[in-house]
Amino acid sequence: MNVSRTRRTFLGAAAAAAISGAAGCGGARGTTWRVFSGHEARTLDALLEWIIPEDDSPGARGAGVSHYIDRQLSTHFREHRQAYRDGLAATDRLAGGDFAGAPRKQQQAALRKLQRDPATRPFFNLLVPHAMQGFYGNPRHGGNRDFASWRMLGVPPLPVRGRSQYDLTAGGGNAKS
Amino acid sequence: MRKVDAVIIGAGASGGVVAKELSTNGISVVVLERGRWYGPNDDRKDDLRNQRTSILGNNSGPEDEGNPRVAVDAQGRERIVLPSQGNYSNNAACVGGGTLTYGAMAWRYHPKDFRMRSTYGALEGSTLDDWPISYDDLEPYYEKAEWEIGVSGDDSANPFKGPRKKPLPMPPLALNKECVILKAAAGRLKLHPFDLPMLRNSVPYNGRGPCMRCRWCVGFPCEVNAKCGTQNTVIPKALATGLCELRLRSMVKEIQFDQKGHATGVAYFDEHDRLQTQEADFVVVAGAATETARLLLNSKHRLWPTGAGNRYDWVGRNLQGHTYTGAFGYFEEVVYDDIGPGAGVAICDFNHGNPGLRGGAMLANEFIRLPIQFVSMLPPRTPRFGPAHKEAMRKYYRRTIAVQGPTQEMPMWHSRVQLDPKVKDRWGIPVLRISGSQHPHTIEIGTAMAAKAEMWLKAAGAAETWRKLPGHNVTGGQHQAGTCRMGNDPKASVANRYGQVHDIDNVFVADGSLHVTNGGFNPALTIMADAYRISEHLIKTWRGTRFRS
Ligand SMILES: Cc1cc2nc3c(=O)[nH]c(=O)nc-3n(C[C@H](O)[C@H](O)[C@H](O)COP(=O)(O)OP(=O)(O)OC[C@H]3O[C@@H](n4cnc5c(N)ncnc54)[C@H](O)[C@@H]3O)c2cc1C
Ligand code: SF4
Repeated sequence: MNVSRTRRTFLGAAAAAAISGAAGCGGARGTTWRVFSGHEARTLDALLEWIIPEDDSPGARGAGVSHYIDRQLSTHFREHRQAYRDGLAATDRLAGGDFAGAPRKQQQAALRKLQRDPATRPFFNLLVPHAMQGFYGNPRHGGNRDFASWRMLGVPPLPVRGRSQYDLTAGGGNAKS
Repeated sequence: MRKVDAVIIGAGASGGVVAKELSTNGISVVVLERGRWYGPNDDRKDDLRNQRTSILGNNSGPEDEGNPRVAVDAQGRERIVLPSQGNYSNNAACVGGGTLTYGAMAWRYHPKDFRMRSTYGALEGSTLDDWPISYDDLEPYYEKAEWEIGVSGDDSANPFKGPRKKPLPMPPLALNKECVILKAAAGRLKLHPFDLPMLRNSVPYNGRGPCMRCRWCVGFPCEVNAKCGTQNTVIPKALATGLCELRLRSMVKEIQFDQKGHATGVAYFDEHDRLQTQEADFVVVAGAATETARLLLNSKHRLWPTGAGNRYDWVGRNLQGHTYTGAFGYFEEVVYDDIGPGAGVAICDFNHGNPGLRGGAMLANEFIRLPIQFVSMLPPRTPRFGPAHKEAMRKYYRRTIAVQGPTQEMPMWHSRVQLDPKVKDRWGIPVLRISGSQHPHTIEIGTAMAAKAEMWLKAAGAAETWRKLPGHNVTGGQHQAGTCRMGNDPKASVANRYGQVHDIDNVFVADGSLHVTNGGFNPALTIMADAYRISEHLIKTWRGTRFRS
C-alpha cells in the first residue's frame, strides 16, 4: 500500500485552493465562503458562539472563527469536510430545522443533544478544538480577527521587531513564503 | 557521483558536528539531508504551524504529504499518522535538524545518568544498563560543544552536576519575572536554583547577535539568528573548507554493501526523485533515533537479512524520549511579562537521590505558553468551552507559571520502531511502525517530579496549583533516543562505544540512537558532544581507505 497522494491530485488540490484563496481573501469579510453554503455558515456561526461567547470582548463570531474553519476545510482539514456537512445538518435538525433562527432555549437544548448523542458527539469534539484554534491562533489563518483574543488576554499583538515585512492578517492558508 | 571519503546521512545536531570535524581534518564528505535549508526569514512565527504546535503542519519538516508512519497504541490499535500528528514521533527534517527550532536548553547529563545499572541495580521489565562510556569520557566534548556551538547561562550555583573544566562561554540572559519569583522561592526551600544553560547567544558570539527576547522561540527558527544550531555554526564551517558538499532534499534509501558486507556507499533519491548512488569509504548515520533505525533496518544484506546491525534484534528497540511532568501555579498578580524565551531558571536537586526512585528530572520554568497552547493547560475542572472557559483563559493566562521537566525513562525492550510490512513513503521505502509503552517505574518517577514542581510553585506563592502527570505511551519525539544502543557486548547492543555498527567495519551511528538511557535532561548537547567524540575517533583511526584495527 502506498499512501502518498499522487502528484496530480496534489497539484489539483493546490490549484483549487489557490483559486478559491483569491476569492476568499479578496472578498469582503463574511461574504465569501470556500466550503460552506451561506446557510451552513450561519448555523456554524451560531453554534460557535456557544463555544466562545461574546462578553466584554468579541466571541467566536466577532473573531471570525468560522472563516478559519472554512479556510482550513479547503486546505489542511480537507478530510473533515463531510463531518462538518453532516454535523451542521444535524445541528439544524436538533433545533427544529434552523439552529441559527431558533430561540436561545431551543439552541441550548440542541447543543446539549449534540454533545451527548453518540452520532453527533464526534463532530462536536472536532469542532471545539477547531474553534479554539480559530479564536486563539494566529490571525493569518482567517480567525482571531483584529487579534481579538490576544487583546482580551492582554498580550501585545505584534511585539516582534524586524518582522514588519509580513502582513499578518492577509490570507495565505498553509502557504509559506 | 564522485566517490568521497565519507557520506553522512542527516544535517542535524549530530550530522552537522561530524561534517565539520571530518572536513576540517582533511576528510572529504557529502552530507545528504532530506529537508531544506531555511533562513531566519522563512518562518512566520505561526503559532498553529511550527515544530511544537503543528496543528496546521510543521515549519521545518517533514511534509505531511507522502511521509506516513504507523502508530500502534498501548491497546494495540494501529493507525496511519502524518508528521504533524502527535504520535508520529517527529523531530525535524531540515538543515540543522531539531536545532533550527529547538528550545535550546543545553544540558550535560549527570554522571549517574551514564551509570544507571551500577547506581540502581537491574529493574524488572526494563533494559536499564550502563553506558559504555562515562561522564568523564564525554566531558571534553561537552566543553567543545559549549564553546563551538555557543552556550549562555551560569550553572556555578548547581552542586548537582559533573565536574566541568571551563565555565560557559556566555553569561545568562537577564531573568524574566517568573524566573525571579521562582528563584527566590527555590532559595527559601533550600534548593539550588541557577540560570539554566542555553544554546542561545546572550551577547554577540560567533559573529551573530544576541537574543532579543521574543515570544515565539521553542518550535520556531530565530529571526535574529541568536539561537545556536548546527545550521549557523558548524555546517557553514564545514562548507567553507571546500571538502564538504551538502545536498538538500536528498532522501537516503539504504546503505549499500559489497559481497563481504563492507559498505560501499548509499542509495538516495535526489531532489528530482531520481535514484542516485553516492560511493564513500565510510558511512555515518545521523538521522535521529527513529530514522536512523529505519535506515539500518532497510539496509539488508545476505549477512544481515533483517537489517544492518540487527543480528540480535536490537535495532529499533528501547525507543526513549521524555515524558514531561510538572505543575502549573496560579498567582494573584500578573506574572507574565512577555519576555522570551521564557525558560530561565532550573533546579537539579531531584535528578538523583530520590528515595526509592531510579533517577528523577531536571525541573525548570517552561518556555512562553502561547495562547493556543494554554487552552489545554487550564485547571482540570475547567469546562472545555463556553463562558467559563473564556473566563478561565482571561483569569489564568498572564497569572500562571509552569514548571516541568523531562522524566528519566526506564528503557523498554518492547518500545520500538520497526519496518511496517505494508506502508511505504512517497519513494516506496518501507516506513516505521512505532509501538510500546512506559515502564510503571517511569510513571512513578514522573508523578514524584510533578509533586516537587507543585511544591516549588506553592512556595513561590501560587494560590492554586494543578499537576501535569506522566503519560503512559511510548515517547520518542523531539527527545528521541536509544534505538541503536552502544555497548561492549555485541549480543546486547547495536554499535560499539564509538558508534561503529557491530559486524560492519565502516558504518557508524553518531546520533542519540546510541544512548543507553536518556537522562533526566534534554538531550541535544549530549548528542552534539558524543558526535564530537565519535568524530575524533574517526579522524584518529581512519587510514585512507580503511580503519586501523
Ligand atoms: C521544538 C523542539 C524543541 C526542542 N528543544 C530542545 C531543547 O531545549 N534542548 C535539547 O537538548 N533538545 C531539544 N530538542 C531536541 C533536539 O533538537 C534533538 O535532540 C536533536 O536535534 C537531535 O539531533 P540528531 O542529530 O539526532 O537529529 P536531528 O537534529 O533531528 O537531525 C537529523 C536529520 O537527519 C535527516 N534525515 C533523517 N533520515 C534521513 C534520510 N534517510 N536521508 C536524508 N536525511 C535524513 C533529517 O531530515 C534531520 O534533518 C528540541 C526539538 C524540537 C523540534
Ligand atoms: S527568544 Fe531569542 S533566541 Fe528565541 S527566537 Fe526569540 S530572539 Fe531568537
